[in-house]
Amino acid sequence: MNGPFAFTLALGDDALIAAQRLAEWTTRAPEMEEDIALANIALDQLGAARLLLSYAGELEGAGRDEDALAYLRDDREFRNCLLVELPNGDFAVTMAKLLLLSAYQLPLYTALSRCADERLAAIGGKARKESAYHLDHAALWVKRLGEGTPESHRRMQAGIEEVWPYVGELFAGWPQAPVDPATLRADFDEVVSAVLAEATLTVPESAWAPAGGRDGLHTEHLSYLLAEMQVLHRAHPGARW
Amino acid sequence: MPAAVSDARAAVAAVVDPEIRVVTIEDLGILRDVEVEPGTGRVVVTITPTYTGCPAMDVIRADIRRAVTAAGHPDVEVRTVHSPAWSTDWISDAGRAKLAAAGIAPPAPVRRDGVVPLTLTVRCPRCGSPETEQLSRFGSTACKALWRCRACSEPFDTVKAL
Repeated sequence: MNGPFAFTLALGDDALIAAQRLAEWTTRAPEMEEDIALANIALDQLGAARLLLSYAGELEGAGRDEDALAYLRDDREFRNCLLVELPNGDFAVTMAKLLLLSAYQLPLYTALSRCADERLAAIGGKARKESAYHLDHAALWVKRLGEGTPESHRRMQAGIEEVWPYVGELFAGWPQAPVDPATLRADFDEVVSAVLAEATLTVPESAWAPAGGRDGLHTEHLSYLLAEMQVLHRAHPGARW
Repeated sequence: MPAAVSDARAAVAAVVDPEIRVVTIEDLGILRDVEVEPGTGRVVVTITPTYTGCPAMDVIRADIRRAVTAAGHPDVEVRTVHSPAWSTDWISDAGRAKLAAAGIAPPAPVRRDGVVPLTLTVRCPRCGSPETEQLSRFGSTACKALWRCRACSEPFDTVKAL
């Protein structure tokens, strides 16, 4: 696959799968305000996903639009990172995932906004503003839970530990991509370690580092997520609201 | 400006935001350009979304087509651009006044050096007090947050500075 297409597809899939997972919180969040917040963040991710997947379809040149890419691919054809497909877990796990995802997307979109490809630069320039807000939101919760009760501290640390192994995959070298994610790791570490320090949490040791999402090798969780996301479109091809 | 352009432009500029119906898409800075192609008479309207996932965009496109058609231009094309990215600084003074009159606090100016996020005090759109507090960082639409006035106790929406 060519560099720009594969890269754009991977970023689009990250945003799409993150949106679907976050939307699972709708009507189930711990409080009304958080229900609205998670739905809004999901909506932002979906907006970015639509732009990225539409453009990926154009780059591919095989006549696939955003819907064909979202609804008519199987799990092995998805290129999202493993982090976004992991189950939501408890609220602390969800906030840990959101912290790591937005601390990855923000420098990525920012770098994209300065890249040579005009379409990707426009998408990056737009999405980075939204990512900054997501990062703020996740950081506030991580600090609140980390500094809260002994139980909230324990669960927030456990949440970070659970998802931390999946960070490595985000920054794997991709030299032929418009932005090589490996160049963004220092930004990520700086932001995340500052948040965790303020939250009285510790940065986990890096050891096990699962990967494979960018090659279509996923956890079993993705298949179940796709089944729910795609069933309507596949049962009623071409259905419109 | 030729008459065809000015009346097409006026028709588009009068389209209201479907989720915040007190302001027009021009007030909000969503409307970027209106052109009439010489020869064909096709009206080309360029808009930009406030947020990438803003669910109002489809309705806005439909409303633009309807308004321009009703103004006597049946051939309409609506283009969506994402660069430069929308900013709340594009909301006009008239738009800000209409928002405030409807009980929605207009956004504070955006800090352009923005390394450190800064939360400026939002004034209550009802009593004008600066004694306000944030209830929720997200609100009833993608572009708003929920606040409350400690002076008059009224909750109110504010447009998030972006």
